[in-house]
Amino acid sequence: MTLRQRTADRLVGYLFITPQLVGSAVFVLLPLCLVLWYSLHEWNVLAGSFEFVGGENYQALLDDPALPSVLRATGLFSAGLVVFNLSLALLLAVLLNQKLRGLTVYRTLFFSPVVVSLVAWTIVWGFLLQSNGGVNGLLDTIGVEGPNWLRNGTSAMVSVVAVQVFKNVGLNMVLFLAALQGVPHELYEAAELDGASAWTRFRRITIPMISPTILLTSIITVVGSLQVFAQIAVLTQGGPGTSTTVLVYYLYQQAFQFHHFGYGSTLAILLFVIVLALTLVQWQMRKRWVFHES
Amino acid sequence: MRWKSTAIAAAALLALSACGNGDDTKEADGPVSLRMTIWTANEAHLKLFNAIADEYKSTHPNVTDIKFDSLPFDTYTTALTTQIAGGNQPDLAWILENSAPDFVSSGALVPLDDTLQKTDGYQFDDLAAGPRKLWETQGKLYAYPFSTSPFGVFVNTDLVKQAGQQTPAELIAAGQWNWDNALKLGAAVNAKSGKAGLVVRDFDYKTWNNLASFWGGWGAQAWSADGKTCGFDKPEMVEAMTTLHKAVFTDKALPGPGVSADFFAGDAAMTITQISRASLLKNTFGWDLVPLPQGKVGSYAVFGQAGIGVFKKSRHAAAAQEFLAFMTSPANSAKLAAYFPPPRTSQLTAETLAKTNPLLKPDQLQKVVVDGIAKGQVGPSHAGFAELSQTVRAALDPLWQPQADVKAVLSGVCAKIAPQLAKS
Repeated sequence: MTLRQRTADRLVGYLFITPQLVGSAVFVLLPLCLVLWYSLHEWNVLAGSFEFVGGENYQALLDDPALPSVLRATGLFSAGLVVFNLSLALLLAVLLNQKLRGLTVYRTLFFSPVVVSLVAWTIVWGFLLQSNGGVNGLLDTIGVEGPNWLRNGTSAMVSVVAVQVFKNVGLNMVLFLAALQGVPHELYEAAELDGASAWTRFRRITIPMISPTILLTSIITVVGSLQVFAQIAVLTQGGPGTSTTVLVYYLYQQAFQFHHFGYGSTLAILLFVIVLALTLVQWQMRKRWVFHES
Repeated sequence: MRWKSTAIAAAALLALSACGNGDDTKEADGPVSLRMTIWTANEAHLKLFNAIADEYKSTHPNVTDIKFDSLPFDTYTTALTTQIAGGNQPDLAWILENSAPDFVSSGALVPLDDTLQKTDGYQFDDLAAGPRKLWETQGKLYAYPFSTSPFGVFVNTDLVKQAGQQTPAELIAAGQWNWDNALKLGAAVNAKSGKAGLVVRDFDYKTWNNLASFWGGWGAQAWSADGKTCGFDKPEMVEAMTTLHKAVFTDKALPGPGVSADFFAGDAAMTITQISRASLLKNTFGWDLVPLPQGKVGSYAVFGQAGIGVFKKSRHAAAAQEFLAFMTSPANSAKLAAYFPPPRTSQLTAETLAKTNPLLKPDQLQKVVVDGIAKGQVGPSHAGFAELSQTVRAALDPLWQPQADVKAVLSGVCAKIAPQLAKS
């Protein structure tokens, strides 16, 4: 191959990746840099002023009395979501990995919420969770008086977590199902011959064998949980009090409702740092996981 | 994936800035198209606006298009300011009373006095001082007080009669239309039919400023007129809110938090709202419109306002002002009065209003609208209202529990908003 040909080949290669590169640059890299730039400014939309204020927004971040409760709500939401989502997804996957009649129907049923529009899903749940709504109506038939789900701090958080879990559990379930079906059958047979109980087989064979999938789903779920917005905006608007004001919703309030675009950008940087830190931790965990696998 | 959350926020901010910051103040030549943001999407309202716009276009051939852009009420101001931030500001905008101080003092709007005064036959002096007050600063009018709409009580007389109760009209005749009796009536309807008694429309235990129509009866205010002193912990507010709390949680005169009830669908005996909502009545039940019940301070009124302003950055600011002058001329103002009580003294009479309000009787218009504007106060507004309002909402949330300690919650509200009020 001559040099000319190689250069031509390279050029074609670059041409192929150009759309992707341009997309990333315009929609990811540029906004990232701009957010950093905005976070150093005080931007008054109405008056049309845009002034450099240096680190003032970062000082305000450290002094913000609302921030601890926002971070707490974000942590609670993420933790609740990961634990609840992964356990339910795994449980469903194990159940649907059995030989049942109408298996495909069940799998489709549990997966279908994933493809439903998020806002439509949330609005319907908003009706169901009203104090005189469907959920309490159902509880009433078995003689239980349900709480006013969205108006009470704890139950509001439980509600937004549950609405999100039911929406997305199908996706993790499918991933787990694929992983479960990849576990070699001989391992179970050998363990059975050795007299291992069903629980021991699950704990000693299934869990280690599907651990890469557990890691993958937990990464997806944690990152997804930090993005939660629509559910909060539709169901609780961050209330009651500030009990469900998570970071992205707080960012939205500061930037778009209170018009503190500079401070909103600073919060976006904080979110970036949190995601970056979590990613590094997960990277470390993955290395160990690979070692464990080998 | 992992960058996505940041990218979402970043992209949103980018979208805002991408086309902003240009100097668009120069008047463009050639065909003019105007855009005005409004909160209503009501067909009857839009039909009227479009009719006025069509008439204007027929005499102003250079104006090719006038578009009324409806934004949802709940997020109206947020959507409007986001458009402004993105450099995509409308030429004219309807501004709600609670954000009036922000807009009026920002310098984003064009003062309207000169254009309105020099427009032939405009009768600028006919605009009453009361409705103008909120929209003026340093002697200049920054938005036309397009609608000054007092809160009244719509009554489903069928539900009231079914519950065997005296109607509010009968109570008024007997001099008994006060909050005690109004709440008793609500509780009685609820006990009899299971339907809601009284609904404070659009309040939903979140938009607390709509409660001004209630606590005004006790002479209570969210904050002092200068916006510096918190009013939530004052005795009159504690008394009003204690009454409200009991009415919601003990007597069930109002539907509780998380319960939806639409008066106009026949779900409630009474609702507090403005006359512009009369267009929602479908005559599926007997109804009446009465003034707010008497409170501890006697009869009182509260009104909501909307102004229309022209943005300095509009490419057609002069044309926008001229259109505004046309839209609010004496003749068009009289047409708009069907839904939006005008600020024109000459038109604020029951007879004039009745001409364009076939749904409402002159007596109803006199008592609710004319008297309401004369003696009423505008609902809460403040610089930085969105943030202040959010703080109040969060601090008021504990009140909407059956066991709430009203006085403690209200003191808590003041503790939370004091730093924000002090900044003003």
